[in-house]
Amino acid sequence: MGDKQAGAIEKVQARAVAVHVAEDSTLAARPKMRRRLKVAHPERCIGCLGCMFACSRIRSGTVSLDSSAIKVRTQGGIEGDYRVVVCRACRDPPCARACPTGALEKKAGGMVVFHKDLCTGCGSCEKACLVGAIALGKEKMPIKCIHCGSCVEFCPHGVLEIEEIALEGE
Amino acid sequence: MLRKVLYIDLTRQESWIEERQELFESWMGGTGVGIRLLQEECPPGTDPLSPEAPIILSIGPLNGVFPVATKTAATFKSPLTGNLGESYAGGRLSLALRFAGHEAVVIKGRAERPSYISINDQEVRIKDATSIWGVDAQTTGIILRDREPGVGRRSIIRIGPAGEAGVRFACVMVDTYRHFGRLGLGAVFGSKNLKALAVSGTEHVDVPDIKRYKAVYNRLYRAAVHTEVMEKYHDIGTSVNISVLNWLRGLPTKNFLLSSFPEGENIAGEVFAEKHLIRRFSCAGCPIGCVHIAALKTAFSEHHEFEVRRVSYDYEPIYSLGSNLGVKTAEGILQLIDACERLGLDVMSAGVVLSWATEALEKKLIAEKETMGVPLQWNEVEGYAKALNLMVRAPNEFYASLARGAEYAAAKYGGQEYAMTLGGNEVSGYHTGPASIVGQLVGSRHSHLDNAGYGIDQKAIKKPMDLETMVEEIIKEDNSRGVFNSLVACLFARGVYSEDNIIDSLGAVGIEKSKDDLESLGERIFQEKYKFKVQEGFDLSAARVPRRFYETVSASGMVTVERVQEMLDIYRKKRGWS
Repeated sequence: MGDKQAGAIEKVQARAVAVHVAEDSTLAARPKMRRRLKVAHPERCIGCLGCMFACSRIRSGTVSLDSSAIKVRTQGGIEGDYRVVVCRACRDPPCARACPTGALEKKAGGMVVFHKDLCTGCGSCEKACLVGAIALGKEKMPIKCIHCGSCVEFCPHGVLEIEEIALEGE
Repeated sequence: MLRKVLYIDLTRQESWIEERQELFESWMGGTGVGIRLLQEECPPGTDPLSPEAPIILSIGPLNGVFPVATKTAATFKSPLTGNLGESYAGGRLSLALRFAGHEAVVIKGRAERPSYISINDQEVRIKDATSIWGVDAQTTGIILRDREPGVGRRSIIRIGPAGEAGVRFACVMVDTYRHFGRLGLGAVFGSKNLKALAVSGTEHVDVPDIKRYKAVYNRLYRAAVHTEVMEKYHDIGTSVNISVLNWLRGLPTKNFLLSSFPEGENIAGEVFAEKHLIRRFSCAGCPIGCVHIAALKTAFSEHHEFEVRRVSYDYEPIYSLGSNLGVKTAEGILQLIDACERLGLDVMSAGVVLSWATEALEKKLIAEKETMGVPLQWNEVEGYAKALNLMVRAPNEFYASLARGAEYAAAKYGGQEYAMTLGGNEVSGYHTGPASIVGQLVGSRHSHLDNAGYGIDQKAIKKPMDLETMVEEIIKEDNSRGVFNSLVACLFARGVYSEDNIIDSLGAVGIEKSKDDLESLGERIFQEKYKFKVQEGFDLSAARVPRRFYETVSASGMVTVERVQEMLDIYRKKRGWS
């Protein structure tokens, strides 16, 4: 990841709201944490797609459904229930394991970062993710959730939350 | 943003795209562009159910880009009134059109056999629909979902048997639960052998200044979600007004014989919410979630076997199929709404046609021979459900007449003084006073949403208003809604889109407009619509006001012919039509 992109992501993360912080966050012995987006209440979804627009707008500066890393799917049209698909921030991420070029790299601590310059657009990551949380966008590059939480504040029903989980090895 | 119109000719099985930058620059989008395309495509005197009659779907610059800009305008020649057909629907259609890259679609011609149109980005296909002709509107959606791409971002709009049969007030169902309801677009689809239209797209929109866009977006989003301006729609929904109107004596009951319903508390929005509401959802791009879905659970055996239907409800269907038909239970109303959904009928027209027929039977203008033994009596839910089916099947002259609307049926069988139509369109659920009557009469589509006369009446009840001011309010509202419906935002979001917010949101997508520009656009759009209406024979001075309006007390007391006539005179003068 280029420095510029990493900086942008940090900035987005810093701005994000609705962080559910563990109660003992003030204790000095608190382990290092990372943020994870969570579908806390999928049954409350009203299908407004506000999260998807927020993801595209805030992460990639465009008005689009296809550049959103979060997907709200219908099951049997709007008569059925909505399914909200987000990256689960896996401990042993299949997307990174499947990536033949190292473009998706698991960092120490568990985060997966994306190196655009290494990506060949092969789509192995998309095939590897059982929940369908990572997919190639129009430019044949994977659109990956960075767990920034920008979508959370554009969910009017509290479907989404950001939680903090311990870094691996902590 | 490229401003493109997609043309589809069903007769020649062809489609093509034209860039119409100037059209969109002058007329914005939505209803503004819709009326201009109708003028281009629909020569004077065109039979609305002929291949030559066009169907125009159009969105505007804010659709898909800003919150609560979720509507698509349909413009056509109405087979119900014989002049302007104009209807709006939410759901996912505007979003699907935006990302498919078509701001307007013009459909003409007639397919040789039942067909549906499939639009995926630039690709347009006309496909065989023979095997689903006759299938109800909901099931049609279920079938096409398996065939068409774009899960989660597409829109499938379709007609039921009513549209196929040419019922003049057949609707087009949009993504289930939403509709192009009024003025008979469903019949126009049917006349073209067009069962459905599926749209999906993968395009995106680039805004000129992302910072400015985000700032305006956040402001509008906050106004919609974190202020009280849309609270009503978020909570109980539009049906909250049943209690309010009933209390005000403005809730039309039993074909306007009464203006309050003694059993009204049984069918109040609060009852629906507490007893039947199971979920709410949104049109794509709207954080409010005003679509209220009820579960209707009915036993079909004595062994605890149930069928469960999920039915959407709102104020207007509860009026038209409820109080207006003397139906005293929420369950009965939901059953009738569900029947209309499956057949693909406009609920408002259907209810008002049935209430006229009930009274006509009571007054012996028609007899059992006409109704084929169906008991058309207040609160007879089963009878009404049968009659809805018979309207579509039209097994005799009487039901065929009902299928042409209350205006037509009353001209044939009598009872015009209580055939509750204005400008040929069955009226909405407000007996609030003179502004509601005049508003629906002068409105370009004869809908309560043209200029919200019912709201002006309610203002005037609180603080007396002279007739001239009322007329001025009607004109102001009518013009400003022309702009609103060109964006195309949801009318429930009027509180979010103040004039300043409209100007800012347009600016954020690179369209610079001043207050004066918008004002003149609203006026121009209205005048163009009237040009079309007059060309097709509409004459405001000859328009019929059913006598019933003057016989039943309204929320503003008794309404007199004189007051309504005076308002119409003032109206004509102010519009410059004297």
